[in-house]
This record gives sequence, C-alpha cells and structure tokens, in this order.
Amino acid sequence: MIGEIDPTIINLTVFVLAVFVGYHVVWNVTPALHTPLMSVTNAISSIILVGAMLAAGSAEADWGAWLGAAAVVLASINVFGGFLVTQRMLEMFKKKDKKGQA
Amino acid sequence: MSVNFIALAYLVAAVFFILSLKGLSSPTAARRGNLLGMLGMGIAVSTTLTITGNWVLILSCIAVGAIIGSIVAQRIQMTAMPELIAFMHSLVGLAAVFIAIAAVNNPVSFGLPEILPAGNKLELFLGTFIGAMTWSGSVIAFLKLSGRMSGAPIIFSGQHMVNLLLAIVMISFGLWFFFSETTNWTAFSTMTAVAFLLGFLIIIPIGGADMPVVISMLNSYSGWAAAGIGFSLGNPMLIIAGSLVGSSGAILSYIMCKAMNRPFLSVILGGFGSDGGSQSTSDGAQKTYRSGSADDAAFLLGNSDSVIIIPGYGLAVARAQHAVKELALALHKKGINIRFAIHPVAGRMPGHMNVLLAEAEIPYEMVQEMEEINSDFPNTDVVLVLGANDVVNPAANVPGSPIYGMPILEAYKARTVMVVKRSMAAGYAGLDNDLFYMDKTMMVFGDAKKVVEDMVKAL
Repeated sequence: MIGEIDPTIINLTVFVLAVFVGYHVVWNVTPALHTPLMSVTNAISSIILVGAMLAAGSAEADWGAWLGAAAVVLASINVFGGFLVTQRMLEMFKKKDKKGQA
Repeated sequence: MSVNFIALAYLVAAVFFILSLKGLSSPTAARRGNLLGMLGMGIAVSTTLTITGNWVLILSCIAVGAIIGSIVAQRIQMTAMPELIAFMHSLVGLAAVFIAIAAVNNPVSFGLPEILPAGNKLELFLGTFIGAMTWSGSVIAFLKLSGRMSGAPIIFSGQHMVNLLLAIVMISFGLWFFFSETTNWTAFSTMTAVAFLLGFLIIIPIGGADMPVVISMLNSYSGWAAAGIGFSLGNPMLIIAGSLVGSSGAILSYIMCKAMNRPFLSVILGGFGSDGGSQSTSDGAQKTYRSGSADDAAFLLGNSDSVIIIPGYGLAVARAQHAVKELALALHKKGINIRFAIHPVAGRMPGHMNVLLAEAEIPYEMVQEMEEINSDFPNTDVVLVLGANDVVNPAANVPGSPIYGMPILEAYKARTVMVVKRSMAAGYAGLDNDLFYMDKTMMVFGDAKKVVEDMVKAL
C-alpha cells in the first residue's frame, strides 16, 4: 500500500512533521541567542548546496551545469560564512561565562 | 553507494541539524550544537559527492565559496551583523533559483523523469518564486540596513494593487508552466522575472524601524525556498532543514511583531517608520526637562545601590559598548548592583544587542531580558538609558497612543532616570517621550561614547 502513495504526499508528511519539530525546538532558544540562531539557520538553509552539486555534477555539462556550479559557490559562501560567524559569536558568549565564574 | 544508504546518511544529517538548533537553548550547549550542524553539513555534502560526477568543478566551487565565506565571517563587524544576515539570505534565494532552473533544464541529472510530472512542476514553481522573492527582498533589506539606500519607506499610490496584480500574473504564468505538456520556458522565465520584481516591491515600503521583522521574515523565506527545492528533488533532508529554518524565521518574526505590538500584516503592508525624526507634541505645550553633565550623572551613579542600564541601538551607532563595559565594571567594583535590561527590539535584529554586549565582554549574568527585569525597576535607584527611546516610552500605557500596548522596559518606575541622548529628537516612532520630562529624569546631552567615558573618569 505504501508503494502506491504519491511521493509528494510522503514529502508533505515529512514537511509537516519537520515544521512541528522546528516550532518546538525554536521556542526553547534563549532570546539572548537569537542572532546566532539566525546565522546558524542561514547556514542550515544552505543545505540546498546538495541540489546545486547535483546540477553541477550533471553528466551533460551544458549551461545548466554551469548554473549549478554558480549555485555551489553561492551556497558554500553561506555554509562557511554562516557556521563560522555563528562560532565567532558563540565564542564571545563563552568569554563571558568564564569571567562570570571567576 | 546504495540509494538506501544515502537516504540514511541524509537522515543522520537532518537529525544533526535539529540538534544544532536545540543546542541554542544555552550558550554552553550552543557551541557543541554549532559543531553538530557543521558535522551534519559535512555528512550531507560528502554523501552527495558519491552520487555526482565532475568532482573537480564541484570541489573547486566549494573552495571558492569557503574562502569568501571564511573571510567574510572573520572580518564582519558585529554591528554589521544584520546586513550580513540579509546578504546571506539573498545568496540562498539566488542559489535556489539557479537550482530550479537547472532542474527544469535537465531533470535527469536530479534523478527526475525526462518529462517533468505535474507534481514536480508545481514544486519547482514554488521553489523558484520563493527563492526569487527571497533574493530580491534580501537585496533591498541589505541595501537599507547597510545605509546604501535610505531606510525610509518608498510608497506610491496603488502600491498594494500593483503587488496584487503582479502576484496574480506570477501565479497565472506558473499555472501555464504547470499545465504545459513540454517544458514551457516562456512561462517559467516570465514567472521568475515577476517574482524577482515582486520581492523588490514587497520590501521597499517597509521602514527602517521594522527591519527586525523583515530580516526574520526573509530568514523564514530562505528556509521555505530550501524546503521547496527539497520537494522538487524529492529529498527529505532538504525538506526537514528548510522547514526548521522556515519555522524558526516565522517564530522570530512573531516575537519581533509582538515586541513592537504591531500586527504582522501591517508590517508587511509597510509605511511605518517614515518619520524623519520630527518632534510631534501631542498637546502643543512647551514641556520642561532637566539636564545635567556627565559628572552629575557619575555622582548619582556612584552613590546608588542599584543601577540598570538600558542600551539601545544608538549605543552601537556611537560605538560605546566598550566604554559601557568600563562603566559597568567600575560600578560593580563599588559594590553597586549593576544590570543591563534588553528589550527584544533593542538592536537591528533579534538578539543583536546581546551579541554587541557579549562582544564588549560584558558578563553574561549582568544582562537580562525584559520579562526578567521589569518587576525590579521600582526597587532600582538609577536607570541609565543609553541610545534607547521608544522602548522606554510610557506612552505605550496610554490608550490612543500610536505605540499603545507595546511592551516596554518600565524605566519610569525607577527612583531616578538618566537619559543620554544627542538631542531631544523623537525616536523611530516619531513620538515624544514623556519619560524625558518627568521630575526624576535627568537628561545628559552628548555623544553616548563621550558621555560614558566622562562618567567613568568622574567615578
């Protein structure tokens, strides 16, 4: 029976459940970390890098592959920029922790 | 590698993304969470490499992106964080559009059927227009936030009608693309072009004061764009990651709207924050205020038992964070109970002020959120307002006021209030602030950094 279900419906199931997970997880984020939350979600949304890689790695190296390659560059800027800037911000919060304990 | 193994690896990556967001519930767990996020991304990318060709091209493109991204992440000023985030949203949007176009051009390379089925077409349509709107909207947000474009809203008559018409046009071309038997490039490219235009038009009427909402909203869009691409490619990991980001941005937009007591719809329709700082006096009467010098202020601070500092964006503009830290430490040394009160919209984006204070190495436990600290104001000797205005305006308690109902920091309940400001000009909302005219309020005019440095010297 499961094989007969349109893949779109299965995707929709995943989507709805993921929105619920996101909703509950994000409400638990402390307001002090909302900026790092935005930068890390930015890095996570660059997961479309995966799609860009498929386009760039296409067997027929036509203009579509070049477009994919451009998308790989754009998404990688975000992956590295997003995670690293988040790390940099979180390090600042760390310094404070140490001072507070001392 | 088997398809099932790849799907499982993607599942692991998706779980790591969820854990990375979960980590942000505390600063200590957050660093581990961020590392998990990186790990998830690493797993996703290396798994994808096993099923794709052209490694040289892909890896060199990733290397280029990695270099640019790392340099930007290292060099960016914390005050410029909102611009950076807007810039990064725009990249996600544009990449989503590129991928969608590549998928329409050559579905087979994505493992889709040669002739796109209707379902995939619909999903590509969604992914493309959300991506296009994210890109152009973020570009405008970036220009406004970085001051390359005026923060004032751009409004013309019939604006909403034009937007509505364009939206209908965009959807019509989308439907045409959807119902065409073969790949209909005319419909697809027109739809994409209209979506780009719509993204511009939706953001230009939104004023500078509403930027925290806009940036959260675009955060949400970029997530939905990723989820849309995930649907098109039938990749649950992209759907999960995109939905996490989408709901996160939506929640932040909601929190920001609530903090400004503005209905989400009216923010989107725009036109707020248009006031160029004109002084609107409600009753027309000339009100008197008391002003003092930095030395007077330092004297009062030094003789108090408890002090709450309310920082606003003006503090960051004056680059006074480090001076404020010196002040806080000087007061702390005297045994004064010193704390910082942060309003949710104190900076230009959610949590911005916390990061700015963290950068200045102000101890974490001195910094408190509005809900935590509001009940403490009546027992506080001195409140020092630095570069904040609307968030301490008691007009929020007066029915009929434009900001009525907005949650504020109840500075007016403290025994003494000191406000450091450049002039008596009104805040973003263009409202006069009664707090400035209270008997217990002392205005200290001048540049925030200079004034605070003088205070430290006088202590």
